[in-house]
Amino acid sequence: MPVDQPVAELQCITKNYGAVTALHGIHLTIEPGELVALLGPNGAGKTTAVRILLGLTPATSGRAAIFGHHPASREARLRRGAQLQVAKVPETLRVREHIELFSSYYEHPLPFAETIAAAGLKGIENRLFGDLSGGQRQRVLFALAICGNPGLLLLDEPTVGLDVEARRGLWAQIREYVARGGSVLLTTHYLDEADALANRIAVINQGRIAAEGTSAEIKERGAATGLEDAFLAIMKESSLQEVA
Amino acid sequence: MLRIYWMESKTEFLKFIRMRAYVVFTVLFPLMFYCFFGLSMGQQQSMAQQDGPNSMPPMARYLLATYGVFGVMGAMLYGFGVGVAVERGLGWLELKRASPMPPAAYLIAKGVVSLSFGALVVVLLFAMGAAFGGVRMPPSQWLELAATLIAGAIPFCALGLIIGNLAGPNSASAAVNSIYMPMAFCGGLWIPYDFLPHGIQQFAVLLPTFHFAQLALAVLHAPIQGSISSHVEALAAFTLIFSGLAWILQVRGREKMYG
Repeated sequence: MPVDQPVAELQCITKNYGAVTALHGIHLTIEPGELVALLGPNGAGKTTAVRILLGLTPATSGRAAIFGHHPASREARLRRGAQLQVAKVPETLRVREHIELFSSYYEHPLPFAETIAAAGLKGIENRLFGDLSGGQRQRVLFALAICGNPGLLLLDEPTVGLDVEARRGLWAQIREYVARGGSVLLTTHYLDEADALANRIAVINQGRIAAEGTSAEIKERGAATGLEDAFLAIMKESSLQEVA
Repeated sequence: MLRIYWMESKTEFLKFIRMRAYVVFTVLFPLMFYCFFGLSMGQQQSMAQQDGPNSMPPMARYLLATYGVFGVMGAMLYGFGVGVAVERGLGWLELKRASPMPPAAYLIAKGVVSLSFGALVVVLLFAMGAAFGGVRMPPSQWLELAATLIAGAIPFCALGLIIGNLAGPNSASAAVNSIYMPMAFCGGLWIPYDFLPHGIQQFAVLLPTFHFAQLALAVLHAPIQGSISSHVEALAAFTLIFSGLAWILQVRGREKMYG
Protein backbone atom coordinates (compact mmCIF):
# COMPACT_ATOMS: atom_id res chain seq x y z
CA MET A 1 0.00 0.00 0.00
CA PRO A 2 1.54 3.35 -1.01
CA VAL A 3 2.35 5.68 1.87
CA ASP A 4 0.83 8.75 0.26
CA GLN A 5 -2.48 7.11 -0.46
CA PRO A 6 -5.32 9.60 0.01
CA VAL A 7 -7.57 9.11 3.01
CA ALA A 8 -10.66 9.62 0.92
CA GLU A 9 -11.29 10.31 -2.73
CA LEU A 10 -14.12 11.01 -5.09
CA GLN A 11 -13.13 10.63 -8.74
CA CYS A 12 -15.47 11.95 -11.38
CA ILE A 13 -18.51 11.20 -9.27
CA THR A 14 -21.93 11.73 -10.81
CA LYS A 15 -25.09 11.05 -8.88
CA ASN A 16 -28.58 11.08 -10.33
CA TYR A 17 -31.75 10.80 -8.31
CA GLY A 18 -34.17 9.94 -11.06
CA ALA A 19 -34.20 12.97 -13.36
CA VAL A 20 -32.35 15.18 -10.88
CA THR A 21 -28.56 15.29 -11.05
CA ALA A 22 -27.16 16.02 -7.59
CA LEU A 23 -23.47 15.75 -8.53
CA HIS A 24 -21.90 16.38 -11.95
CA GLY A 25 -18.61 14.47 -12.09
CA ILE A 26 -16.91 15.96 -9.05
CA HIS A 27 -13.34 15.30 -7.92
CA LEU A 28 -12.35 15.61 -4.30
CA THR A 29 -9.37 14.22 -2.41
CA ILE A 30 -8.51 14.30 1.26
CA GLU A 31 -4.85 13.75 2.10
CA PRO A 32 -3.66 12.43 5.48
CA GLY A 33 -3.85 15.06 8.21
CA GLU A 34 -5.97 17.45 6.16
CA LEU A 35 -9.17 19.14 7.19
CA VAL A 36 -11.15 19.84 4.04
CA ALA A 37 -14.33 21.89 4.13
CA LEU A 38 -16.98 21.31 1.51
CA LEU A 39 -18.67 24.67 1.42
CA GLY A 40 -21.90 25.42 -0.36
CA PRO A 41 -25.49 26.53 -0.09
CA ASN A 42 -28.27 24.15 0.88
CA GLY A 43 -29.03 21.69 -1.89
CA ALA A 44 -25.59 22.07 -3.51
CA GLY A 45 -24.81 18.35 -3.18
CA LYS A 46 -22.76 18.37 0.02
CA THR A 47 -24.78 15.71 1.80
CA THR A 48 -24.90 13.56 -1.32
CA ALA A 49 -21.09 13.62 -1.51
CA VAL A 50 -20.89 12.59 2.14
CA ARG A 51 -23.48 9.84 1.68
CA ILE A 52 -21.45 8.39 -1.19
CA LEU A 53 -18.29 8.42 0.93
CA LEU A 54 -20.25 6.66 3.67
CA GLY A 55 -21.44 3.94 1.31
CA LEU A 56 -25.04 4.88 2.06
CA THR A 57 -25.86 5.47 -1.57
CA PRO A 58 -23.95 4.31 -4.66
CA ALA A 59 -22.63 6.83 -7.18
CA THR A 60 -24.26 6.68 -10.60
CA SER A 61 -20.76 6.78 -12.11
CA GLY A 62 -17.22 7.44 -10.94
CA ARG A 63 -15.09 5.99 -8.18
CA ALA A 64 -15.21 6.62 -4.45
CA ALA A 65 -12.74 5.19 -1.94
CA ILE A 66 -11.90 5.40 1.76
CA PHE A 67 -8.25 4.44 2.45
CA GLY A 68 -8.38 2.70 -0.93
CA HIS A 69 -11.40 0.60 0.04
CA HIS A 70 -14.96 0.66 -1.23
CA PRO A 71 -16.97 3.08 0.98
CA ALA A 72 -19.46 0.38 1.98
CA SER A 73 -16.78 -2.19 2.87
CA ARG A 74 -16.11 -3.23 6.44
CA GLU A 75 -12.52 -1.95 6.19
CA ALA A 76 -13.79 1.49 5.24
CA ARG A 77 -16.42 1.52 7.97
CA LEU A 78 -13.90 0.53 10.64
CA ARG A 79 -11.54 3.34 9.73
CA ARG A 80 -14.04 6.15 9.47
CA GLY A 81 -16.39 7.93 11.83
CA ALA A 82 -19.37 10.02 10.86
CA GLN A 83 -21.54 12.75 12.29
CA LEU A 84 -24.72 13.12 10.28
CA GLN A 85 -27.74 15.35 10.57
CA VAL A 86 -29.94 13.18 12.75
CA ALA A 87 -33.37 14.57 13.52
CA LYS A 88 -33.92 12.29 16.46
CA VAL A 89 -31.51 10.17 18.47
CA PRO A 90 -33.02 7.58 20.85
CA GLU A 91 -33.73 9.70 23.90
CA THR A 92 -34.18 7.02 26.55
CA LEU A 93 -30.53 5.99 26.46
CA ARG A 94 -27.78 7.47 28.58
CA VAL A 95 -24.75 9.17 27.03
CA ARG A 96 -22.65 6.31 28.37
CA GLU A 97 -24.85 3.65 26.77
CA HIS A 98 -24.79 5.35 23.37
CA ILE A 99 -21.00 5.62 23.41
CA GLU A 100 -20.40 2.11 24.74
CA LEU A 101 -22.63 0.64 22.04
CA PHE A 102 -20.89 2.47 19.19
CA SER A 103 -17.47 1.70 20.67
CA SER A 104 -18.34 -2.00 20.60
CA TYR A 105 -18.67 -1.87 16.79
CA TYR A 106 -14.97 -1.11 16.36
CA GLU A 107 -11.93 -3.33 16.75
CA HIS A 108 -9.72 -0.75 18.49
CA PRO A 109 -11.99 1.85 20.06
CA LEU A 110 -10.77 4.72 22.21
CA PRO A 111 -11.03 4.05 25.94
CA PHE A 112 -14.38 5.38 27.20
CA ALA A 113 -12.76 8.09 29.33
CA GLU A 114 -10.79 9.38 26.35
CA THR A 115 -13.88 9.63 24.18
CA ILE A 116 -15.68 11.51 26.94
CA ALA A 117 -12.76 13.90 27.35
CA ALA A 118 -12.28 14.43 23.60
CA ALA A 119 -15.95 15.27 23.12
CA GLY A 120 -16.25 17.41 26.24
CA LEU A 121 -18.87 15.24 27.89
CA LYS A 122 -17.33 14.95 31.32
CA GLY A 123 -19.93 15.03 34.08
CA ILE A 124 -22.92 14.17 31.89
CA GLU A 125 -22.05 10.55 31.08
CA ASN A 126 -25.08 9.22 32.93
CA ARG A 127 -27.66 11.68 31.62
CA LEU A 128 -30.39 10.49 29.28
CA PHE A 129 -29.95 11.83 25.77
CA GLY A 130 -33.42 13.37 25.92
CA ASP A 131 -32.38 15.57 28.85
CA LEU A 132 -29.40 17.15 27.06
CA SER A 133 -29.11 20.64 25.56
CA GLY A 134 -28.62 21.14 21.82
CA GLY A 135 -24.89 21.65 22.18
CA GLN A 136 -24.51 18.57 24.38
CA ARG A 137 -26.47 16.49 21.87
CA GLN A 138 -24.14 17.51 19.04
CA ARG A 139 -21.17 16.64 21.24
CA VAL A 140 -22.61 13.15 21.85
CA LEU A 141 -22.95 12.68 18.09
CA PHE A 142 -19.36 13.87 17.73
CA ALA A 143 -18.35 11.34 20.40
CA LEU A 144 -20.04 8.57 18.40
CA ALA A 145 -17.99 9.67 15.37
CA ILE A 146 -14.63 9.54 17.16
CA CYS A 147 -15.16 6.69 19.65
CA GLY A 148 -13.85 4.05 17.23
CA ASN A 149 -10.54 5.92 16.92
CA PRO A 150 -10.98 6.33 13.15
CA GLY A 151 -8.45 7.89 10.79
CA LEU A 152 -11.11 9.89 8.99
CA LEU A 153 -14.10 11.87 10.20
CA LEU A 154 -16.95 12.84 7.93
CA LEU A 155 -18.90 15.64 9.56
CA ASP A 156 -22.10 16.72 7.82
CA GLU A 157 -22.97 20.22 9.04
CA PRO A 158 -21.85 19.42 12.56
CA THR A 159 -22.62 22.82 14.08
CA VAL A 160 -25.96 23.58 12.47
CA GLY A 161 -28.38 25.11 14.96
CA LEU A 162 -25.79 25.62 17.71
CA ASP A 163 -25.19 28.85 19.59
CA VAL A 164 -21.82 30.58 19.29
CA GLU A 165 -20.37 29.07 22.43
CA ALA A 166 -21.37 25.51 21.58
CA ARG A 167 -20.07 26.01 18.06
CA ARG A 168 -16.68 27.21 19.28
CA GLY A 169 -16.54 24.26 21.66
CA LEU A 170 -17.10 21.77 18.86
CA TRP A 171 -14.53 23.56 16.68
CA ALA A 172 -11.96 23.12 19.42
CA GLN A 173 -12.72 19.41 19.59
CA ILE A 174 -12.45 19.03 15.81
CA ARG A 175 -9.07 20.85 15.87
CA GLU A 176 -7.85 18.55 18.64
CA TYR A 177 -8.81 15.53 16.57
CA VAL A 178 -6.78 16.85 13.63
CA ALA A 179 -3.88 17.66 15.96
CA ARG A 180 -3.83 13.98 16.99
CA GLY A 181 -3.29 13.06 13.33
CA GLY A 182 -6.82 12.57 12.06
CA SER A 183 -8.23 13.73 8.73
CA VAL A 184 -11.59 15.43 8.35
CA LEU A 185 -14.09 16.21 5.64
CA LEU A 186 -16.57 18.74 6.95
CA THR A 187 -19.56 20.12 5.10
CA THR A 188 -20.90 23.49 6.04
CA HIS A 189 -22.75 26.46 4.73
CA TYR A 190 -21.08 28.74 7.26
CA LEU A 191 -18.20 30.60 5.64
CA ASP A 192 -16.56 31.46 8.93
CA GLU A 193 -16.57 27.79 9.91
CA ALA A 194 -14.71 26.79 6.75
CA ASP A 195 -12.38 29.74 7.21
CA ALA A 196 -11.62 28.95 10.84
CA LEU A 197 -11.09 25.20 10.52
CA ALA A 198 -10.08 24.09 7.05
CA ASN A 199 -6.66 23.64 5.46
CA ARG A 200 -8.44 23.54 2.16
CA ILE A 201 -11.89 24.61 1.03
CA ALA A 202 -13.87 23.16 -1.86
CA VAL A 203 -16.76 25.38 -2.86
CA ILE A 204 -19.63 23.38 -4.29
CA ASN A 205 -22.60 24.76 -6.16
CA GLN A 206 -25.30 22.99 -8.12
CA GLY A 207 -23.44 19.70 -7.98
CA ARG A 208 -20.11 21.04 -9.26
CA ILE A 209 -16.90 22.04 -7.48
CA ALA A 210 -16.80 25.74 -8.30
CA ALA A 211 -13.50 26.56 -6.61
CA GLU A 212 -10.89 24.82 -4.53
CA GLY A 213 -7.92 25.99 -2.51
CA THR A 214 -6.82 27.42 0.80
CA SER A 215 -8.97 30.05 2.41
CA ALA A 216 -6.54 32.71 1.16
CA GLU A 217 -6.66 31.39 -2.40
CA ILE A 218 -10.42 31.34 -2.41
CA LYS A 219 -10.51 34.93 -1.17
CA GLU A 220 -8.22 35.98 -4.04
CA ARG A 221 -10.56 34.46 -6.56
CA GLY A 222 -13.20 36.91 -5.54
CA ALA A 223 -10.74 39.81 -5.70
CA ALA A 224 -12.61 41.16 -2.75
CA THR A 225 -12.23 41.89 0.92
CA GLY A 226 -13.37 38.66 2.55
CA LEU A 227 -14.41 35.11 2.08
CA GLU A 228 -18.04 36.08 1.99
CA ASP A 229 -17.63 38.34 -1.06
CA ALA A 230 -15.47 35.75 -2.76
CA PHE A 231 -18.06 33.07 -2.05
CA LEU A 232 -20.86 35.14 -3.52
CA ALA A 233 -18.76 35.93 -6.59
CA ILE A 234 -18.01 32.24 -7.12
CA MET A 235 -21.66 31.32 -6.66
CA LYS A 236 -22.68 33.86 -9.27
CA GLU A 237 -19.96 32.80 -11.69
CA SER A 238 -20.72 29.09 -11.43
CA SER A 239 -24.45 29.66 -11.75
CA LEU A 240 -23.87 31.68 -14.93
CA GLN A 241 -21.77 28.85 -16.37
CA GLU A 242 -24.60 26.53 -15.63
CA VAL A 243 -26.97 28.65 -17.72
CA ALA A 244 -24.50 29.04 -20.60
CA MET B 1 -18.20 -10.13 17.31
CA LEU B 2 -20.75 -11.77 19.61
CA ARG B 3 -20.26 -8.88 21.98
CA ILE B 4 -21.80 -6.49 19.41
CA TYR B 5 -25.00 -8.54 19.29
CA TRP B 6 -25.14 -8.60 23.07
CA MET B 7 -24.51 -4.84 23.37
CA GLU B 8 -27.02 -4.05 20.63
CA SER B 9 -29.72 -6.17 22.28
CA LYS B 10 -29.00 -4.84 25.76
CA THR B 11 -29.12 -1.24 24.56
CA GLU B 12 -32.29 -1.87 22.59
CA PHE B 13 -33.91 -3.37 25.68
CA LEU B 14 -32.94 -0.41 27.88
CA LYS B 15 -34.22 1.98 25.26
CA PHE B 16 -37.68 0.35 25.17
CA ILE B 17 -38.10 -0.42 28.86
CA ARG B 18 -37.70 3.30 29.61
CA MET B 19 -40.38 4.29 27.07
CA ARG B 20 -43.59 4.46 29.02
CA ALA B 21 -45.80 4.47 25.92
CA TYR B 22 -44.22 1.29 24.62
CA VAL B 23 -44.54 -0.60 27.90
CA VAL B 24 -48.15 0.48 28.38
CA PHE B 25 -49.07 -0.42 24.84
CA THR B 26 -47.35 -3.77 24.59
CA VAL B 27 -47.57 -5.12 28.13
CA LEU B 28 -50.49 -3.50 29.95
CA PHE B 29 -52.91 -3.40 27.00
CA PRO B 30 -53.24 -7.15 26.42
CA LEU B 31 -53.35 -7.79 30.17
CA MET B 32 -56.15 -5.27 30.57
CA PHE B 33 -58.09 -6.77 27.67
CA TYR B 34 -57.72 -10.23 29.11
CA CYS B 35 -58.93 -8.94 32.46
CA PHE B 36 -62.06 -7.37 30.96
CA PHE B 37 -63.02 -10.09 28.52
CA GLY B 38 -61.19 -13.25 29.46
CA LEU B 39 -61.62 -13.16 33.20
CA SER B 40 -64.98 -11.46 33.67
CA MET B 41 -66.66 -13.44 30.89
CA GLY B 42 -64.85 -16.56 31.98
CA GLN B 43 -66.50 -16.51 35.37
CA GLN B 44 -69.96 -17.01 33.90
CA GLN B 45 -69.00 -19.33 31.08
CA SER B 46 -66.88 -21.84 32.90
CA MET B 47 -69.85 -23.04 34.95
CA ALA B 48 -71.65 -24.14 31.82
CA GLN B 49 -68.76 -26.18 30.43
CA GLN B 50 -68.68 -29.91 30.67
CA ASP B 51 -65.32 -31.59 30.37
CA GLY B 52 -65.45 -33.86 27.34
CA PRO B 53 -62.42 -34.70 25.16
CA ASN B 54 -63.49 -32.37 22.36
CA SER B 55 -65.52 -29.75 24.14
CA MET B 56 -64.74 -26.05 24.36
CA PRO B 57 -62.29 -25.38 27.16
CA PRO B 58 -63.46 -22.87 29.78
CA MET B 59 -63.47 -19.31 28.50
CA ALA B 60 -60.58 -18.16 30.70
CA ARG B 61 -58.41 -20.89 29.22
CA TYR B 62 -59.60 -20.48 25.64
CA LEU B 63 -58.96 -16.74 25.73
CA LEU B 64 -55.55 -17.26 27.32
CA ALA B 65 -54.43 -18.65 23.96
CA THR B 66 -56.00 -15.93 21.83
CA TYR B 67 -54.98 -13.03 24.08
CA GLY B 68 -51.50 -14.52 24.15
CA VAL B 69 -51.52 -14.25 20.36
CA PHE B 70 -52.81 -10.69 20.69
CA GLY B 71 -50.07 -9.70 23.13
CA VAL B 72 -47.22 -11.27 21.22
CA MET B 73 -48.41 -9.72 17.96
CA GLY B 74 -48.55 -6.27 19.57
CA ALA B 75 -45.00 -6.50 20.88
CA MET B 76 -43.71 -7.46 17.41
CA LEU B 77 -45.70 -4.90 15.43
CA TYR B 78 -44.88 -2.07 17.79
CA GLY B 79 -41.21 -2.99 18.32
CA PHE B 80 -40.47 -3.49 14.64
CA GLY B 81 -43.07 -1.26 13.02
CA VAL B 82 -42.82 1.86 15.13
CA GLY B 83 -39.21 1.21 16.15
CA VAL B 84 -37.90 0.98 12.59
CA ALA B 85 -40.15 3.73 11.20
CA VAL B 86 -38.92 6.25 13.76
CA GLU B 87 -35.24 5.37 13.47
CA ARG B 88 -35.35 5.21 9.70
CA GLY B 89 -37.39 8.34 9.23
CA LEU B 90 -35.35 10.53 11.52
CA GLY B 91 -31.86 9.64 10.35
CA TRP B 92 -30.69 7.43 13.20
CA LEU B 93 -30.61 4.28 11.08
CA GLU B 94 -28.41 6.06 8.50
CA LEU B 95 -25.78 6.75 11.14
CA LYS B 96 -25.85 3.12 12.25
CA ARG B 97 -25.61 1.89 8.67
CA ALA B 98 -22.57 4.10 8.12
CA SER B 99 -20.92 2.61 11.22
CA PRO B 100 -19.24 -0.82 11.35
CA MET B 101 -22.34 -2.31 13.02
CA PRO B 102 -23.12 -5.62 11.28
CA PRO B 103 -26.51 -4.98 9.60
CA ALA B 104 -27.90 -8.19 11.08
CA ALA B 105 -27.22 -6.93 14.62
CA TYR B 106 -29.88 -4.26 14.22
CA LEU B 107 -32.58 -6.74 13.26
CA ILE B 108 -31.50 -9.45 15.67
CA ALA B 109 -31.53 -6.99 18.57
CA LYS B 110 -35.00 -5.81 17.59
CA GLY B 111 -36.13 -9.43 17.36
CA VAL B 112 -34.61 -10.47 20.68
CA VAL B 113 -36.07 -7.49 22.51
CA SER B 114 -39.54 -7.72 20.91
CA LEU B 115 -39.64 -11.42 21.70
CA SER B 116 -38.59 -10.73 25.28
CA PHE B 117 -41.45 -8.30 25.67
CA GLY B 118 -43.76 -10.83 24.01
CA ALA B 119 -42.57 -13.49 26.44
CA LEU B 120 -43.10 -11.13 29.35
CA VAL B 121 -46.69 -10.57 28.27
CA VAL B 122 -47.21 -14.32 27.96
CA VAL B 123 -45.83 -14.99 31.44
CA LEU B 124 -47.98 -12.26 33.02
CA LEU B 125 -51.06 -13.46 31.15
CA PHE B 126 -50.44 -17.02 32.34
CA ALA B 127 -50.03 -15.80 35.91
CA MET B 128 -53.30 -13.90 35.70
CA GLY B 129 -55.10 -16.82 34.10
CA ALA B 130 -53.87 -19.20 36.78
CA ALA B 131 -54.45 -16.83 39.68
CA PHE B 132 -57.77 -15.23 38.75
CA GLY B 133 -59.18 -17.32 35.90
CA GLY B 134 -58.75 -20.68 37.59
CA VAL B 135 -56.89 -22.04 34.58
CA ARG B 136 -55.28 -25.41 35.38
CA MET B 137 -53.09 -27.30 32.91
CA PRO B 138 -50.25 -29.80 33.18
CA PRO B 139 -46.84 -28.03 33.14
CA SER B 140 -46.03 -29.50 29.73
CA GLN B 141 -49.11 -27.83 28.28
CA TRP B 142 -48.21 -24.44 29.75
CA LEU B 143 -44.76 -24.76 28.20
CA GLU B 144 -46.12 -25.92 24.88
CA LEU B 145 -48.50 -22.97 24.74
CA ALA B 146 -45.72 -20.52 25.61
CA ALA B 147 -43.43 -22.01 22.96
CA THR B 148 -46.18 -21.87 20.34
CA LEU B 149 -46.94 -18.24 21.16
CA ILE B 150 -43.30 -17.26 20.82
CA ALA B 151 -42.65 -19.23 17.63
CA GLY B 152 -45.78 -17.81 16.05
CA ALA B 153 -44.41 -14.30 16.51
CA ILE B 154 -42.04 -14.61 13.57
CA PRO B 155 -44.37 -13.61 10.70
CA PHE B 156 -45.34 -10.55 12.75
CA CYS B 157 -41.71 -9.43 12.97
CA ALA B 158 -41.71 -9.36 9.18
CA LEU B 159 -45.07 -7.61 9.05
CA GLY B 160 -43.73 -5.04 11.51
CA LEU B 161 -40.76 -4.48 9.21
CA ILE B 162 -43.10 -3.74 6.32
CA ILE B 163 -44.79 -1.04 8.38
CA GLY B 164 -41.40 0.19 9.57
CA ASN B 165 -40.29 0.66 5.97
CA LEU B 166 -43.53 2.21 4.74
CA ALA B 167 -44.77 4.45 7.53
CA GLY B 168 -43.39 7.83 8.48
CA PRO B 169 -42.02 8.40 11.97
CA ASN B 170 -45.18 10.17 13.10
CA SER B 171 -47.75 7.96 11.43
CA ALA B 172 -46.25 4.60 12.40
CA SER B 173 -48.24 4.18 15.63
CA ALA B 174 -51.48 4.86 13.82
CA ALA B 175 -50.46 2.50 11.02
CA VAL B 176 -49.73 -0.26 13.51
CA ASN B 177 -53.04 0.22 15.30
CA SER B 178 -55.00 0.32 12.08
CA ILE B 179 -53.91 -3.19 11.20
CA TYR B 180 -53.38 -4.56 14.71
CA MET B 181 -56.93 -4.08 15.98
CA PRO B 182 -58.82 -5.30 12.88
CA MET B 183 -56.50 -8.30 12.52
CA ALA B 184 -57.07 -9.15 16.17
CA PHE B 185 -60.83 -8.94 15.94
CA CYS B 186 -61.26 -10.65 12.57
CA GLY B 187 -58.74 -13.36 13.43
CA GLY B 188 -60.89 -14.38 16.39
CA LEU B 189 -58.56 -13.14 19.12
CA TRP B 190 -61.12 -11.17 21.11
CA ILE B 191 -64.23 -13.16 20.34
CA PRO B 192 -63.85 -16.85 19.48
CA TYR B 193 -63.93 -17.62 15.77
CA ASP B 194 -67.20 -19.60 16.09
CA PHE B 195 -69.04 -16.52 17.36
CA LEU B 196 -67.86 -14.24 14.55
CA PRO B 197 -70.27 -13.23 11.77
CA HIS B 198 -70.10 -15.49 8.73
CA GLY B 199 -68.57 -12.84 6.46
CA ILE B 200 -65.72 -12.22 8.86
CA GLN B 201 -65.17 -15.96 9.32
CA GLN B 202 -64.53 -16.29 5.59
CA PHE B 203 -62.18 -13.30 5.62
CA ALA B 204 -60.31 -14.60 8.69
CA VAL B 205 -58.63 -17.36 6.68
CA LEU B 206 -56.63 -14.66 4.90
CA LEU B 207 -55.17 -13.33 8.15
CA PRO B 208 -52.04 -14.60 9.90
CA THR B 209 -53.72 -13.95 13.25
CA PHE B 210 -56.37 -16.58 12.51
CA HIS B 211 -53.82 -19.29 11.75
CA PHE B 212 -51.67 -18.31 14.73
CA ALA B 213 -54.69 -18.45 17.06
CA GLN B 214 -55.77 -21.83 15.73
CA LEU B 215 -52.31 -23.22 16.47
CA ALA B 216 -52.37 -21.85 20.02
CA LEU B 217 -55.87 -23.31 20.53
CA ALA B 218 -54.71 -26.67 19.24
CA VAL B 219 -52.29 -26.82 22.18
CA LEU B 220 -55.31 -26.53 24.49
CA HIS B 221 -57.05 -29.37 22.61
CA ALA B 222 -59.82 -26.96 21.69
CA PRO B 223 -61.70 -27.76 18.49
CA ILE B 224 -59.94 -25.97 15.61
CA GLN B 225 -60.65 -25.21 11.98
CA GLY B 226 -58.56 -27.27 9.56
CA SER B 227 -55.41 -29.18 10.39
CA ILE B 228 -52.42 -28.09 12.43
CA SER B 229 -50.09 -28.52 9.48
CA SER B 230 -52.24 -26.28 7.28
CA HIS B 231 -51.87 -23.47 9.81
CA VAL B 232 -48.11 -23.97 10.11
CA GLU B 233 -47.86 -23.83 6.34
CA ALA B 234 -49.97 -20.71 6.18
CA LEU B 235 -47.79 -18.95 8.75
CA ALA B 236 -44.64 -20.03 6.92
CA ALA B 237 -46.07 -18.61 3.71
CA PHE B 238 -46.96 -15.33 5.44
CA THR B 239 -43.41 -15.14 6.83
CA LEU B 240 -41.90 -15.55 3.35
CA ILE B 241 -44.24 -13.06 1.71
CA PHE B 242 -43.85 -10.45 4.45
CA SER B 243 -40.06 -10.83 4.60
CA GLY B 244 -39.78 -10.53 0.83
CA LEU B 245 -41.94 -7.43 0.79
CA ALA B 246 -40.04 -5.88 3.69
CA TRP B 247 -36.76 -6.53 1.88
CA ILE B 248 -37.98 -4.90 -1.35
CA LEU B 249 -39.29 -1.87 0.52
CA GLN B 250 -36.05 -1.56 2.41
CA VAL B 251 -33.91 -1.57 -0.73
CA ARG B 252 -36.26 0.85 -2.48
CA GLY B 253 -36.30 3.19 0.53
CA ARG B 254 -32.53 3.55 0.59
CA GLU B 255 -32.38 4.91 -2.93
CA LYS B 256 -35.25 7.29 -2.46
CA MET B 257 -33.64 9.44 0.21
CA TYR B 258 -32.40 12.75 -1.09
CA GLY B 259 -29.16 14.34 0.01
